[in-house]
Amino acid sequence: MDATIKKQIESIITNHPVVLFMKGTADSPMCGFSMRAVQILEKLGTPFHDVNILLDDNLRQGLKDFGDWPTFPQLYVNQELIGGCDIMVEMAQTGELAQLLKPHTTH
Amino acid sequence: MVSHSYKNPPESPIATEVRHKICAALPDAKVEITDPDGVHLAATVISAQFSGKSKLAQHRMVYAALGDAFEERLHALQLTTRAS
Repeated sequence: MDATIKKQIESIITNHPVVLFMKGTADSPMCGFSMRAVQILEKLGTPFHDVNILLDDNLRQGLKDFGDWPTFPQLYVNQELIGGCDIMVEMAQTGELAQLLKPHTTH
Repeated sequence: MVSHSYKNPPESPIATEVRHKICAALPDAKVEITDPDGVHLAATVISAQFSGKSKLAQHRMVYAALGDAFEERLHALQLTTRAS
C-alpha cells in the first residue's frame, strides 16, 4: 500500500477518536449498511467523524489493506478497527458498543 | 396420492460460490445462506475454528475465504459467525 495513503489513514484515525469510513456521508448515506451504522452511532449519541470513501478510490483501496477488511462501512475507535455493520449491530445489541464508546459519548 | 415436494428454488451461482469457498477454508463449517435477490446475501457460518477468536477475527477468516468473490461478484453480505 502507498505510503502516503497509509499516512493519510493514520492521520484521520489519530485525529478523530471515532471514525466511520462509509459510502456517502452521515447526512446522506449511499448504502444500507452505511446508513445502519450511522443510525447506531446516532442512537448512542456518540459524535463521530464520517469519511465518504466513494470520493477517493485510493483511500478506499488503501483502507481494505490497512485494516485487512474488504467491506464498508468500517468503524475505527481509538485508531483500532472495530468492524463493519454486522459487528456494530451485534455489539450494539450486547451493549458492548455503548461501553466502548462511553468515553466519547457526550450526554 | 401424488406428493408434490416443492423443491426450493435452485441456489444462485453467487450463493453457491460463497458456500463452496467458505467450506473449502473451513471444512467443519455449517453454512446457512439466505439470498433474496442474488445480490444482497446473508450468511450464518458456524465453525469450531472460530472458538476463542474475536468477532473481527472470525469475520476476517470468512472474508479471506471469499477472496476476490467479494471484489467482483458479491455486493453485500450480511455475516453472522458463531463457534457452535
